[in-house]
Amino acid sequence: MSNLAPTSSPSTLQLGHLESHSRVRVAVIGGGPAGSFFSYFFLELAERVGLDAQLDVFEPKNYARGGPAGCNMCGGVVSESLVQMLATEGINLPATVVAQAIDSYVLHMDVGVTRIKTPLQEMRIAAVYRGAGPRGAPENTWSSFDHFLLDRAVAKGARVVPERVQSVTWNESRPQLKTREGTSGTYDFLVVATGVNGAALKMFEGLGLNYQPPGTSKTYIAEFFLGRETMEKYLGHAMHVFLLNLPRLEFAALIPKGDYLTFCLLGENIDEALVQSFLNSAEVRQCLPPGWQRPEKFCHCSPRITTSGAVHPFGDRVVFIGDCGMARLYKDGIGSAYRTAKAAARTAVMEGIARGHFHRHFRPLCEAIRRDNLVGKLIFAFTRQIQHHRFARQAMLRMITREQQGCGAPRMSMVLWDTFSGSASYGDVFLRTLHPFFWCRLLWECLRSLRARPLN
Amino acid sequence: MKQEHAMESGNLGKIYRNGEVIIMQGENGDCMYVIQVGEVEVLQRLGSDEVRLAVLAPGDFFGEMALFEREVRSATVRAIGEARVLTVDKRTFMSRVHEDPSLAYRLVKIMSQRLRRLNAAYTRVSAHPFNQSAATPSAQTP
Ligand SMILES: Cc1cc2nc3c(=O)[nH]c(=O)nc-3n(C[C@H](O)[C@H](O)[C@H](O)COP(=O)(O)OP(=O)(O)OC[C@H]3O[C@@H](n4cnc5c(N)ncnc54)[C@H](O)[C@@H]3O)c2cc1C
Repeated sequence: MSNLAPTSSPSTLQLGHLESHSRVRVAVIGGGPAGSFFSYFFLELAERVGLDAQLDVFEPKNYARGGPAGCNMCGGVVSESLVQMLATEGINLPATVVAQAIDSYVLHMDVGVTRIKTPLQEMRIAAVYRGAGPRGAPENTWSSFDHFLLDRAVAKGARVVPERVQSVTWNESRPQLKTREGTSGTYDFLVVATGVNGAALKMFEGLGLNYQPPGTSKTYIAEFFLGRETMEKYLGHAMHVFLLNLPRLEFAALIPKGDYLTFCLLGENIDEALVQSFLNSAEVRQCLPPGWQRPEKFCHCSPRITTSGAVHPFGDRVVFIGDCGMARLYKDGIGSAYRTAKAAARTAVMEGIARGHFHRHFRPLCEAIRRDNLVGKLIFAFTRQIQHHRFARQAMLRMITREQQGCGAPRMSMVLWDTFSGSASYGDVFLRTLHPFFWCRLLWECLRSLRARPLN
Repeated sequence: MKQEHAMESGNLGKIYRNGEVIIMQGENGDCMYVIQVGEVEVLQRLGSDEVRLAVLAPGDFFGEMALFEREVRSATVRAIGEARVLTVDKRTFMSRVHEDPSLAYRLVKIMSQRLRRLNAAYTRVSAHPFNQSAATPSAQTP
């Protein structure tokens, strides 16, 4: 056994050509979206090319448990584009898994409120629970999204080992895992899909992979029971997003999920003071029944979100996917898990599992996401300017209201729709903003706001 | 048992009422559809007659030809009873298929199965030209 990264020639690392076994053994650490998507697509591709594989998914969480214990803490919005791609793949999200189908966004600012409808006015965004729902929710109300995905992988032939992996070492150039419960095994290929919430990534520090985990930031999620009627009355089928001038708050949303309302705050190390300011803001209050008070006990968590990608997310016989590899900034993390998982599965089955194979066939996707996130940072910086300047908020509100009334092309509406929903890449959103009419209209509306501003 | 009311809010796609046309033969299209709940029928106009080509169920897709070519819709699709159908935009599909060509694999596989059934139906009709029932439905979608 050694702690040094193996050095093998790429040709011996093509799965179809592994000499020592007839059956390829694959270990996946983590049965969240990335791990399940990988397992599903790997086994599907393996079957297509006639590769005999045994795939073990190590996942200690029981997604049938309510509250944080069975949940991979997140806002749970499955983006419009991912819903479509999954349907194309034959993975249709059932109504038992989708807690709320969403057809519009409502943008709240101090200067007013406006609704942005989906381009096709269709329920194409899914709000899901990653576990079995908030702590205290009646049992069996929803099926967990993560459980649904893991089940798809099991149906393809994956074996779930309900144990936590505690150590990874090299055994004659093959990854060897040991779980807390004492199970150990050597595999031909290791897929790491542990996310960023937990200490799992420390296991890879001494393995000679040069892997560096992604940058992260603390967030806040809370679930409040409001009851179906109140939810219908105050929130409807829309996701409510807030552009508030609160320091450190990058993005905030209220997501309806059946009887419950999910609060989701992203930004720079969200703390209790910031949560309080958000909850007390007039814009949030108007979405809630008059006199609503935060209950003493409620389901809440402070998971970490990735703010930058990992460095060297692959090596010989190892690849890091989903959050612990590369994910989109603030948006569509589940969509990134799908994309990186599928790219890793394609590379492993069709090309090989050597560092060089991942460099050529997996890294381009990681780089594309990394580049796109840089554009995303620019877009968020621009949004922050709008957040800070009242005249800009007024201009934006007027532009959207006008567009939603059917006057002119919906340029600002689409920019915001794609930014909030994560439906398009940040690059595409940026390209939309380059249209001269977009800027002419925005400048015109800004000038109108400035002229209407009372003089001190 | 999942609570029924909890599921009402979780249906994706758009509702089409019984008999409502989802796509019309001869019209331009730029999206594909995936059935979430219910059934639809695929009909083709032949002069003044309408021939039912297929009945499709949840998980089936139709209108996929519009993703690959710029021709008009080759058939009409109507809801049988209430149906929920999800639209897949050509723009979204194209941008993803560019990154991951294997996304089209399932579509191609099912289109190939449909072509196989169509060939079989054609062979049967050619062999027994006066026997209308020789043509099998579910051979084609628009
Ligand atoms: C506040 C917040 C809101 C978000 N909202 C959204 C949203 O609305 N939509 C969206 O698309 N994305 C959202 N995200 C991002 C999304 O949560 C992630 O991108 C997504 O969960 C990544 O999936 P994953 O499989 O890589 O990791 P995870 O979902 O974190 O799954 C990792 C799995 O690995 C398991 N694991 C960890 N260590 C071990 C070990 N040692 N042994 C075995 N198993 C292990 C864990 O139990 C877990 O099940 C949000 C994130 C945050 C923080």
